[in-house]
Amino acid sequence: MGDQMTTPAERKRLNYLNADYGVKSWLLATDHKRIALLYLLSITVFFFLGGLMAVGIRLELATPAGDLVQPDTYNRLFTMHGILMIFFFLIPSIPAVFGNFLIPLMIGAKDLAFPKINLASWYVYSIGGLFTLWSLIQGGVDTGWTFYTPFSTTYSNTYVIATALGIFIVGFSSIMTGLNFIVTIHRMRAPGLTWFRLPLFIWAHYATSLIQILGTPVLAITILLVGAERLFHIGIFDPAYGGDPVLFQHLFWFYSHPAVYIMILPSMGVISEIIAAFARKRIFGYKVVAFASVTIAVLGFLVWGHHMFVSSQSPFTGVVFSFLSMLVAIPSAVKVFNWTATLFEGSVSLDTPMLYALGFIGLFTIGGLTGIMLANLGIDIHVHDTYFVVAHFHYVMVGGAIMGYLGGLHYWWPKITGRLYPVFWSKLAALVVFVGFNLTFFPQFLLGYLGMPRRYYSYPEDFQVLNVMSSAGATVLGVGYLIPMIYLVWSMRYGKRAGANPWGAVGLEWETPSPPPTFNFDETPTVDHEAYEYTSPTETRVA
Amino acid sequence: MNLWPKRFPLFPETASRLAQDVDQLYFFALLVTAVFSLLIAALIFYFIIRFRRRSEDEVGQPERAGLWLEITWSVIPLVILLFMFGWGSKVFFDIRKPPRGAIEYYVTGKQWMWKFQHPEGPREINELHVPLGQDIKLIMTSEDVIHSFYVPALRAKMDVLPGRYTTFWFNAEKAGAYRLFCAEYCGAEHSYMRGSIIVMEPDDYEEWLATRGQTTAAAKTGADLFSAQTCDTCHRSDSAAQAPILHGLFGKEEQLADGSLVLVDENYLRESILNPAAKVVAGYNALMPTYQGRLSEEDLVGLILYIKSLGGPDSADASASNQATTQASSDREE
Repeated sequence: MGDQMTTPAERKRLNYLNADYGVKSWLLATDHKRIALLYLLSITVFFFLGGLMAVGIRLELATPAGDLVQPDTYNRLFTMHGILMIFFFLIPSIPAVFGNFLIPLMIGAKDLAFPKINLASWYVYSIGGLFTLWSLIQGGVDTGWTFYTPFSTTYSNTYVIATALGIFIVGFSSIMTGLNFIVTIHRMRAPGLTWFRLPLFIWAHYATSLIQILGTPVLAITILLVGAERLFHIGIFDPAYGGDPVLFQHLFWFYSHPAVYIMILPSMGVISEIIAAFARKRIFGYKVVAFASVTIAVLGFLVWGHHMFVSSQSPFTGVVFSFLSMLVAIPSAVKVFNWTATLFEGSVSLDTPMLYALGFIGLFTIGGLTGIMLANLGIDIHVHDTYFVVAHFHYVMVGGAIMGYLGGLHYWWPKITGRLYPVFWSKLAALVVFVGFNLTFFPQFLLGYLGMPRRYYSYPEDFQVLNVMSSAGATVLGVGYLIPMIYLVWSMRYGKRAGANPWGAVGLEWETPSPPPTFNFDETPTVDHEAYEYTSPTETRVA
Repeated sequence: MNLWPKRFPLFPETASRLAQDVDQLYFFALLVTAVFSLLIAALIFYFIIRFRRRSEDEVGQPERAGLWLEITWSVIPLVILLFMFGWGSKVFFDIRKPPRGAIEYYVTGKQWMWKFQHPEGPREINELHVPLGQDIKLIMTSEDVIHSFYVPALRAKMDVLPGRYTTFWFNAEKAGAYRLFCAEYCGAEHSYMRGSIIVMEPDDYEEWLATRGQTTAAAKTGADLFSAQTCDTCHRSDSAAQAPILHGLFGKEEQLADGSLVLVDENYLRESILNPAAKVVAGYNALMPTYQGRLSEEDLVGLILYIKSLGGPDSADASASNQATTQASSDREE
């Protein structure tokens, strides 16, 4: 590591980016900020790979006949789209990039508690990713990302084991990250930074980490059981060997429903930060929002059965899961109300991150409310496994999680790179993403209620108009994602210098220069105020 | 609505009263969704205009209202949710619970087709003809992976699993052909695993049955199989019987060797044929060989129909226990 003790007065200030050069300094980095950038690069690759698969899907579905690709190819496309987007993009996305970069900065620490485990988590992630890519090149997998048995254990003749192994491995990176965050948040807060002075981003990541370390092992075990049955014909899930196929669904959703909250909670944390910064106001009902994150994490473990209302699970079990799923809607709704109330009497500025945050609130609200319909037994029995579900979870994961991710990217980009990006292009991109998203996924709600099942590569002709709308929207959405790629890369070299606090926001991460020095703060800050304390603007403004 | 192009429907057709119940619930949920989404959107637009930043160093006002607001916006949604939960559960039970005396058809799903067995004997593939205005109960299983029996016009679906029976019932009010989809991803040709439910006026249905020509009732096929497989060597009503008597068995509760009770339903019969040692009735030895791999799903259906044709504990109770069957079997599956 280079010499980071240079005085701020020095003309060329040393920061985490220029403190050291060369491939080795990156591949062996233990600095949480550099590891965050390694993750940023990796997940972007997977995002665009997953996006390419989506292009294939939407092209095929532009016509009712199965004409563009073979059904086997189509099945591999949607399977790999799900696997790449969920396990290799959404789950790591905000925690591994922004959580990694910001948790130490926000709590006034020099680094995460275990910098080497942090680096190891990236290697584990990369190895898991390579395994999955290898299986993709070999011919891919066609089970759907859900790996339902006995299809996955007995009937599929694709690369199930290799892909599942990739997911098994990447799970450990998720556990490592979660563990690191929990220890860091417990042990490394700056003097005076009590639990209820923490930014809500930290609370959201704390709740997420709990799910990561408690839920992921269940997925790992489930994958091993699938492997045992597929390779050694040990009867666990396939009735032909004396197993129970529904058991797999219980185990799978026990992880995979909480995994939805791994994806959305960090995004909610980002939204809290952005709303506070661009309304220049403390988040309304701070404690309620903080506890809502933890409540969602806990209740999230008790609702998996709502994926199984028509699986032959007992109707009474269905009633219990329906009830618990309704309950989880309350803390989510409360968050939306609190964010909205924060705007009241705020000083609202519509910078790019704020556009994404407001977009998030709108899309997440629709995603959440349609989730209530799906949790409702009487409606789910009709729309389960149709495009209604596809639309719903894209509203939550793309409209929610990815809008939050892009909002966060635009909010902290000046901190990460020290540069500003062009205002016009970034606002335009936010608008294009919002319009493209709705055009893509709103028609899918209608398709779902009409009865179009998901994972169909060919469909009756009267569904075509809505499918064409959706495919057209996907094109717009794709453009919306490409524009930021261009101007963000451009800004790294040509963007205006950002200064420590370009948004006039409150928070420890804005009190250190942009980009921050390797050890974040020249001296450990002491905190004597609440989070988001916007009282005296001049005090917080550091040019 | 009639002016709307037929090739661009926005809402599915409706074939049963229960489908209308689902629609009503859905409309209410849509209303709730619309009200809350528009409320949030309106507030956001109002606030970002009314409270827009007017000078570079302006900050927001400190928070004023407190806990009462948090409680209000937790309790009101909770009450609405509980109402929808109760309503939804009611609709769900109506759809899941077959009424007494429904006509029973057997369905077998396999990659990638639907096979149907009429009680009167005819078999069909990917098309099921049923009479209008009758309670129809489908007893379904799969030969391979999980499928899902989905008829959008009935607003209902049920997974079809290998190794067990699940049920689906309906009472169609309008004659016509309704789409049947497989809704659980089942491999390469999943999207072609489609069919239709053809609902006919009762007279037309009788006529249709007649055109199917000479078919043997499914229970009779089962009876023939019963002798062909020499099941009657042990399952007989004289003193040489080494196995439970099958007359009057279906729907009865039997005591097992370990003292527990088991209800004789389709799932129990299926298990006892394929894996006889699993639940042996008290007083008998586990002598029966397994028939796993030796009988097709159609054979099993025939045998079960034959055993059912031998009657229940008493005919009045038979349909009542049929009710309990669905419940008990799904409890056990859980």
